Amino acid sequence: MREIHVSKITETVKQLCMDANYYLGEDIKNKFYEFKEKETSKLGKEILDILIKNSEIAENEKMPMCQDTGMAVVFMEIGQDVHIVGGNLEDAINEGVRQGYIEGYLRKSVVKDPLDRVNTKDNTPAIIHYSIVPGDKIKITVAPKGFGSENMSRLKMLKPADGVEGVKKFVLETVKEAGPNPCPPIVVGVGIGGTFEKAAFLAKKALLRSVDEENKNPYYAQLEKELLEEINKLGIGPQGFGGLTTCLGVNIEVYATHIAGLPVAVNINCHATRHKEAVI
Amino acid sequence: MQKRITTPLTNECIEDLKAGDSVLLTGYIYTARDAAHKRLVELIEKGEELPFDINGQIIYYVGPTPAKEGMPIGSAGPTTSYRMDPYTPTLLEKGLKGMIGKGKRSLEVVESMKKNRAVYFAAIGGAAALTAKCVKESELVAYEDLGAEAIRKLYVEDLPLIVVIDAEGNNYYEIGQQEYKNSIK
Repeated sequence: MREIHVSKITETVKQLCMDANYYLGEDIKNKFYEFKEKETSKLGKEILDILIKNSEIAENEKMPMCQDTGMAVVFMEIGQDVHIVGGNLEDAINEGVRQGYIEGYLRKSVVKDPLDRVNTKDNTPAIIHYSIVPGDKIKITVAPKGFGSENMSRLKMLKPADGVEGVKKFVLETVKEAGPNPCPPIVVGVGIGGTFEKAAFLAKKALLRSVDEENKNPYYAQLEKELLEEINKLGIGPQGFGGLTTCLGVNIEVYATHIAGLPVAVNINCHATRHKEAVI
Repeated sequence: MQKRITTPLTNECIEDLKAGDSVLLTGYIYTARDAAHKRLVELIEKGEELPFDINGQIIYYVGPTPAKEGMPIGSAGPTTSYRMDPYTPTLLEKGLKGMIGKGKRSLEVVESMKKNRAVYFAAIGGAAALTAKCVKESELVAYEDLGAEAIRKLYVEDLPLIVVIDAEGNNYYEIGQQEYKNSIK
């Protein structure tokens, strides 16, 4: 049994909140350059250049690349041989978010009650997903999620008869309906299978995978590729002004499901698709 | 060719702006998002004075990050505009002439823009660190309790924008996407 003090967890979460908001992922940067070569819209190319420049300013000046620094979504993969000491785990995570958002000059975008809508002023509480895994370490991933793109996400309980064509149709409809709203170019996370809530979780989790890494199952890797091509034929383009570069990557995660169902969730993310991780 | 425009917007300037134009904006603009819009419209409904003279002005839909020491503002990109749609026609009736945001608008907003001769601009969504560089001054105007959603008066220099919907109701999201599709046929 390895002991990990809660202060280490707080410190790590705090740093990840800031890093995720300041530093654009290398995978995304590479996609910007790749698509800039292929983009035929002049304005589209200019917008990709602006987004590259924006990421450089954010990195150099340690300022958030986007003003919507998101709701902090925290994934905790806790080794079963870890013993957490020194306090309450959930409090430690929220304290990390609080410190990260205050000390890192990040926006406080969380309201305590969805109808009463009073700001908590420290961006807590976080959305926390726990899983217990083998080993004696903790892997912490912080994925701040902006709501311009979150609001454009959808979930649908398809019929088994709808099959893969039904899945494709739903993903394309969702992206088309979102249009310019989620700040394209976007990244699309798709969760297929499980139950109502599992599909949504899978779609969110899919966004943590690098956009240059495909699904390990060749069937779904091919589906990711096809969906990316189909989405980029919609012509929405950077910021919705027309062009090839609507989507930088489609990531799919799947799980077993019920004989009567085919749940599909589409979680749309903006170009920044922020996530940073650390193992302690 | 980029057009240079200043605030307050004149009728001549508004009629000259066409969907798809790239513009550089210099002058004072006001920030407001969901919560501030709700309060402004409530004041109008009660027949009370607004906290600033809205005539000929531009509202920027933005909730910036906190400013660091010595900086006027933090990162300051546009938020999605459709959430302000329920309130926008009321403000246009009161003399608002321009809006800066990103994304689609409702038919009601477009009709009201045509009637009241107003323009909807897009700033580059996600380019918030870059946009912050154009903001030279920031002053709190109202609703400090709303934090990032408070109304601020900003002085911007050469803020790069694209005219999405002009006063004739032409929509560059539709035009631009159609032009792209025609170009690859």
